[in-house]
Amino acid sequence: MKIPYYPGCTLNTNAKDLQECAEFSAEALGFSMVEMPDWNCCGASLPLTANSAMGYAGPTNVLIGAKEEGQKEGLEDKLVTLCAVCYNVLKRTNYAFNKDAAKLDTINSLLESDYKGDTNVVHFLEVLRDDIGFDKVKESVSKELKGLKVAPYYGCFLLRPHEEVGLDDPYAPTIFEGLLKSLGCEVVDFSHKGECCGSYSAMSNAENAAECSFSVIDAAAAAGADVIATTCPLCQYNLDSKQAMMKKNHGDMKEMPIIYFTQLLSMALGKDIGKISFKSNSINPLPLLKEKGLV
Amino acid sequence: MHSGHEAAKDEYIEQIAELSGEDVSLCYQCGKCTAGCPMAEKMDLPPSMVMRYMQMEHSDELKKATSRWDCIGCLVCGSRCPKLCNPAAVMEALRQEDMRKGTRSEEIEKLPVNFVKNAPQQALVSGFRKYVP
Repeated sequence: MKIPYYPGCTLNTNAKDLQECAEFSAEALGFSMVEMPDWNCCGASLPLTANSAMGYAGPTNVLIGAKEEGQKEGLEDKLVTLCAVCYNVLKRTNYAFNKDAAKLDTINSLLESDYKGDTNVVHFLEVLRDDIGFDKVKESVSKELKGLKVAPYYGCFLLRPHEEVGLDDPYAPTIFEGLLKSLGCEVVDFSHKGECCGSYSAMSNAENAAECSFSVIDAAAAAGADVIATTCPLCQYNLDSKQAMMKKNHGDMKEMPIIYFTQLLSMALGKDIGKISFKSNSINPLPLLKEKGLV
Repeated sequence: MHSGHEAAKDEYIEQIAELSGEDVSLCYQCGKCTAGCPMAEKMDLPPSMVMRYMQMEHSDELKKATSRWDCIGCLVCGSRCPKLCNPAAVMEALRQEDMRKGTRSEEIEKLPVNFVKNAPQQALVSGFRKYVP
């Protein structure tokens, strides 16, 4: 199974760890992600206001490119993303077009295209759940991550707006938990798995972003987690790199590693720990993994 | 009874309503948006109050408020609204109006070097989309 893959602006650069581990895992599970040629940024956010056509042009071009590439190369008729934000923007673009034909016409005339709003956008997690199956993932695990207490953090973009994204139940999602269980982790349920990390306010008000991220880490720690797993490079950045700032306001806070879900997945699927990059992790997860006997 | 002529609508309120595409009259002030908003404590006008001030056409107070610059677009407000309103869209319209009028925006040259160097690209792209005209 070969699926057109859209990396978006961050996966080939800041979030290489997330991508490399995903590529390893895909291969171990018998599928591959084929990076689309000539992709462009999705915009990393969708306009919330009415009649903002320009915000849809970027993601539409990506959706068209995936469809064309898939047909040309005989790939699966879908588009897979790793970044939660790309996933959110692309899915909501399709939703907007399916609800509002005039909007689709406007964008098609802008791009001189004939897009129909029908590129099937899936997140890597959905490929694991729906195409591979968590049972098969479990069978393929060569190193169970036993004893590691992991809090699955969805954040905003995988869940909201629910009717537009539709990945899972917005209040009681299970897809992330299902994957972590298949890796042998101890899944920690916590109150803030769908709360915001502070998102792009990191640019305008780092303190606000740090406070949002602190509330997530604090809730995960209170629930007994050793580590938080995420799918989004911006969540990873806010939760991880702002811990020094958080400590200034919350002196008794304990550092917690923030790890990409694919780092855990590839570890369980047998990737040599020395070959797993932890470049994005300012809080190094290795001491914790050693303590748990996983390294 | 209809008076025969409509009261003149406040221009600013009309502009925000049009930009956002939101029918603020639907809001019945249950407060679920503010209850779920992660920034509400820091805001001078949390989402439910923004909706109320829009209904009441308190444009001077809305212009003075800064809560739209604290909104992080997490969409909890809209996802909890029993009337399917989207206060985040009103926040975005208010912010866009600030930027159109030149009353407030982020300045790229003033961003901390550390942030520009280390933040994931998506933070810069989305931040520019939301906070820079």
